[in-house]
Amino acid sequence: MAFRHETIEKNVVLLAVLTLLTVSIGGLVQIIPLFTIETTIERVEGMRPYSPLELMGRNIYIREGCYVCHSQQIRPFKDEVERYGHYSLAAESMFDRPFQWGSKRTGPDLARVGGKYSNDWHVAHLIDPRAVVPESIMPSYAFLANRPLRYDDIVAHLETNRALGVPYTDEMIANAVADLRAQANPDANTTELLKRYPKAVVTNTTGDPNNITEMDALVAYLQMLGTLVQTTDLRLEDLRQ
Amino acid sequence: MMKGQEAAAGYATAGTLHGEPYVEDVVRAFVIATIFWGVAAFAVGVYIALQLAYPVLNLDLEWTTFGRLRPLHTSAAIFAFGGNALIGTSFYVVQRTCRVRLWGGSTPAWFVFWGYQFFIVLAALGYVLGITQSKEYAEPEWYADLWLALVWVVYFAIFLGTIVKRKEPHIYVANWFYLAFIITIAMLHIVNNIAMPVSLFGTKSYSAYAGVQDAMIQWWYGHNAVGFFLTAGFLGMMYYFIPKRAERPVYSYRLSIIHFWALIFIYIWAGPHHLHYTALPDWAQMLGMTFSVMLWMPSWGGMINGIMTLSGAWDKLRTDPGLRFSVTAVAFYGMSTFEGPVMSIRAVNGLSHYTDWTVGHVHSGALGWVAFITFGAIYFLVPALWKRREMYSTRLISWHFWISTLGIVLYITSMWVSGIMQGLMWRAYDSLGFLQYSFVETVAAMHPFYVVRALGGLLFLSGALIMVYNVWRTVRGKVEAAPVRAAPVAVGAAE
Repeated sequence: MAFRHETIEKNVVLLAVLTLLTVSIGGLVQIIPLFTIETTIERVEGMRPYSPLELMGRNIYIREGCYVCHSQQIRPFKDEVERYGHYSLAAESMFDRPFQWGSKRTGPDLARVGGKYSNDWHVAHLIDPRAVVPESIMPSYAFLANRPLRYDDIVAHLETNRALGVPYTDEMIANAVADLRAQANPDANTTELLKRYPKAVVTNTTGDPNNITEMDALVAYLQMLGTLVQTTDLRLEDLRQ
Repeated sequence: MMKGQEAAAGYATAGTLHGEPYVEDVVRAFVIATIFWGVAAFAVGVYIALQLAYPVLNLDLEWTTFGRLRPLHTSAAIFAFGGNALIGTSFYVVQRTCRVRLWGGSTPAWFVFWGYQFFIVLAALGYVLGITQSKEYAEPEWYADLWLALVWVVYFAIFLGTIVKRKEPHIYVANWFYLAFIITIAMLHIVNNIAMPVSLFGTKSYSAYAGVQDAMIQWWYGHNAVGFFLTAGFLGMMYYFIPKRAERPVYSYRLSIIHFWALIFIYIWAGPHHLHYTALPDWAQMLGMTFSVMLWMPSWGGMINGIMTLSGAWDKLRTDPGLRFSVTAVAFYGMSTFEGPVMSIRAVNGLSHYTDWTVGHVHSGALGWVAFITFGAIYFLVPALWKRREMYSTRLISWHFWISTLGIVLYITSMWVSGIMQGLMWRAYDSLGFLQYSFVETVAAMHPFYVVRALGGLLFLSGALIMVYNVWRTVRGKVEAAPVRAAPVAVGAAE
């Protein structure tokens, strides 16, 4: 036998290089095609980047570890579709950096929670979950209602996303602060906001448009989840991957 | 060739060779850190388990919610407890199986020690304050990731350098596994954590990948954190400490070659089984499932090689509870590496995914395999490193063993029941064709199982505290007054 394993066992550089090659193959085969095969992400109508207030709300969702107990990925099972809505599409998380699909449902899936409850319900539930759902085991997030949202660096957040490939336009970046404030003000003219970010939900929980809280941002994010793609209009060929 | 392997495995724990002392002070520090972080990880685990049973324990404070403490628990268990055990034992094993002092002496090794502890504290503080990337088991933000990469490069250099200057012709099998662990973790860590910070003076960053690609890369990382951090590295531990403790050579040299290459090749493909029925394309899911099922074979190759090493020395299990930890660990490894492939089958995963069954599966691996093999190594290392004849009390090792085992049994059985029950409740329909249960009804139904699980965790933590006491007394230099050989016999009889 020409080859002996002994050769590898006596040469640590050879052992290290062969190890690296061996462990590289699987990842290369599984990951690279996801970037090159165009149909990986379905071509559906309606996806847009997060509005500034939604993006800040999403960052609070991440900060509090909501993904630890809530998935955002509905599987194509009869019971899940009945419970939560149309199964999740790859396109629906195409601007999610990072993704929030989750791995555990200690609480229900949130992929399509947007529009299912009122803003007031979300606020009451986040402040005291058991006041609304007595059997709930969710922690209280009352502190979000009292804390002003920090958004002085909102432009930098949008620009970072754009540098990574999220299609924020110059106009969106120039109006980031104005859009954020408009989405947290029930009396504001939202024509421009909704032109840039269709279906954005205005949230103001304090009643004072100058007092934008973290609660406003989080509720704005929750209220848009799963609402962008009109799932009733989908045709089978739209969904082929 | 076999002779060389045996000689390497059987080499004495003496502190010197050619007048050059082994680096042992750093290894002692790693052993202490392993025990310290282990207790911390188990304690946080018990606390968050109780939070799920009694939500009032979230205390209405932002720093103590389940969402922030859960990453603290997983990181403490995997990276602080497991990581310190891996780095510490690898430094111990590589010196003895190469019969040379660590490359660079103790200074770079001390850098790895303090650098790694700094990373742990940096990550942990971040979680409590809400600084997280939200990628599971890769939660630390960009600045902590960069720091870890630097520490890891130094660790790799020390390990490789020591093997390069070895006095043994062959590289011992334990070192193959440690090396594969170090290399692969570097690859996974770097690729998965590529992100762009919002500002150089801020903590927040955005991932370089989005949506479906990000999910694939994350679970390629996540599953191989299991495969290479929690498996390959700990197999290295198994290949040194079980032969040493049993005073028997490794069962099959050929099997170790085959299962090493098969394991590291196949493991890396298994990630997509975390994404069954998601928006990840079907071809990737099928590849993940196929390789996960194939993975059963090399996993059991390792289990057989570890357990059969006891051939001719089975009696030692009665008298040596430290060895009993190591061997039971391999048995748990066999069990969870059978359960894993079963759960990776799409039809099974459809039921198990998103439920506590996954949590139970993870803990049969983490408590039964990772922690038990580590306890076995600790009970070997403490007398060896502090130059004591043996541990302070063999009887207390036995107590630790049985209390922990009972804890694991309560933990995994309660999670099996709760997970399968919840999965079935989610898909149950009543006679009129409506979903039978609202989501919150399934939450309420899990309460008793959450209480039992917390009790299991509490037992496991108590066992670890017994170990702390035993190690403390051993380090102080006392040996229990009772005749040391008599105690194990008494325990054996009681069994």
